[in-house]
Amino acid sequence: MSLYDKTAHELHELLQTKKISAAELVADVLSHVDEVEDKIGAYVTITRDKATADAKAVDEKISRGEKIAPLEGIPCAIKDNICTKGIRTTCASKILENFVPPYDATAYQKLSTSILIGKANMDEFAMGSSTENSAYHTTHNPRDLERVPGGSSGGSTAAVAGGEAIFALGSDTGGSIRQPASFCGVVGFKPTYGRVSRYGLVAFASSLDQIGPITRDVTDCALVLNAICGHDDMDSTSTAAQVPDFTKSLVADVKGLKIGLPKEYFVKGIDAEIETAVRNVAKKFEQLGAEIVELSLPHTEYAIATYYLIAPAEAATNLERYDGVSYGARVDGADVVEMMTNTRTEKFGEEVKRRIMIGNYALSAGYYDAYYLKALKVRTLIQKDFTDAFGKVDLILTPTTPNTAFKIGEMTADPLKMYLQDICTVPVNLAGLPGISIPCGVTSQNLPIGFQLIGKPLDEATILKAAFTCEQSL
Amino acid sequence: MKISEQDIKTVASLSRLRIREEEKDDVLFQLNKILTYVENLQALDTANVEPTTYALPMQNVFRADVVKPSLERELALSNAPLKEDGYFKVPRVLEA
Repeated sequence: MSLYDKTAHELHELLQTKKISAAELVADVLSHVDEVEDKIGAYVTITRDKATADAKAVDEKISRGEKIAPLEGIPCAIKDNICTKGIRTTCASKILENFVPPYDATAYQKLSTSILIGKANMDEFAMGSSTENSAYHTTHNPRDLERVPGGSSGGSTAAVAGGEAIFALGSDTGGSIRQPASFCGVVGFKPTYGRVSRYGLVAFASSLDQIGPITRDVTDCALVLNAICGHDDMDSTSTAAQVPDFTKSLVADVKGLKIGLPKEYFVKGIDAEIETAVRNVAKKFEQLGAEIVELSLPHTEYAIATYYLIAPAEAATNLERYDGVSYGARVDGADVVEMMTNTRTEKFGEEVKRRIMIGNYALSAGYYDAYYLKALKVRTLIQKDFTDAFGKVDLILTPTTPNTAFKIGEMTADPLKMYLQDICTVPVNLAGLPGISIPCGVTSQNLPIGFQLIGKPLDEATILKAAFTCEQSL
Repeated sequence: MKISEQDIKTVASLSRLRIREEEKDDVLFQLNKILTYVENLQALDTANVEPTTYALPMQNVFRADVVKPSLERELALSNAPLKEDGYFKVPRVLEA
């Protein structure tokens, strides 16, 4: 019996009714990790001993007849930019190679009864769309090992798709949960900005970053959201809004729901098989009683340029802290400036340096108005597109990505081409909205296709309801 | 060319990064390509548009000015590359 490919809600039943033990479950997942990790490379660090010990504690609780929480005892992967106390957190960067956080990120702490299998690989500092920018190794897509899993949460999604974890946490600044979820054929959710505390999430672009779940189905997605959402005093940008019980959204009913299809997301450059698959999803929604509304988000074509000014500007500022002084690597130098320069030059990867340079250029005197301020203003226009659209519809349906998983090495020579990968996902972060990627079949080459549902601010519930309905019927 | 060799030098120095001689051409080429791409924003008239820094309404968060426990010193220093007597230690900052 293999347990590693089941969902969290199935495993919860098995654990609570004592059909399996947490120890068996963890042993099964770890033995599968031993079998496939050489080929997939989902993890930077595997926390084998801790996982085994934690499983024992859960089993003791069950044997005492106590009820366990829905995700208690369930093996998970945590992206390596989410701080785990006492467990190395590298951001897949050489500059944090030996960094052991003295505290837990709030989102991880809220999952403390789940069982950590390991810290998942990623693009360095979450900058990338393929996980090829990891300073340690490239993660391979479990669905086709010659291809990338997407990124930057590629390790987290590969772990879930490859049976190396039941669910995972990723982070999404411009699509880093949704894009790899679509490449690997799993569910990935970016909640509304501020829904999940960013405390302990290593900052990339603070106005865009959001932690979210990567799971095998929509039910698990709701369970993880229930666990991690909510206000946190430690993050002043976390919203005080009430968090509903997201499992209440797990009903198959889209009758009367208005779903918008923005024409700008179905243009030249979108893979024909993806377009067909997503249009079929729209038809399916229509058959199930939803109303499909054609609409326009006219500033979509400016989203990539806006994002690739704002995100690097925030990143350049956030990454100033890696100066070789209080934590992280240090490379010696004759004076303090030389020490900092040596440290950053040797320990940051190429893409991270590129974004720091773009960011500081866009922020520097003489260029600030033309680049950074201009981008902030266009951000207003992009957001207004969504506000206008949500006056007419409840949800927006798009492809998650313009193409399916590409071959390892195919895009690395052209950073701009890689940036254009994010066209369907980036606008959602700029507007702070919730968005999910759900699998909707495969191409003729057997590569997973994902569609994206975008919701109104704080309306994760409607997204989950539509996603659940679709999942039940596909 | 959006960005010159001199610009690259200045931005690298602001960023506390050193561009090696052999990387210079590629850095210049890639940054120019990206900065040329983002030029498409100039086509939009934003004269009467307010900038957005956070997508959702944000307000300052206040709390009572009371002492709460914080990270203990040993733990805060636990990742320091170099420390001495409870302090982070760095190379000379001021000239002797």
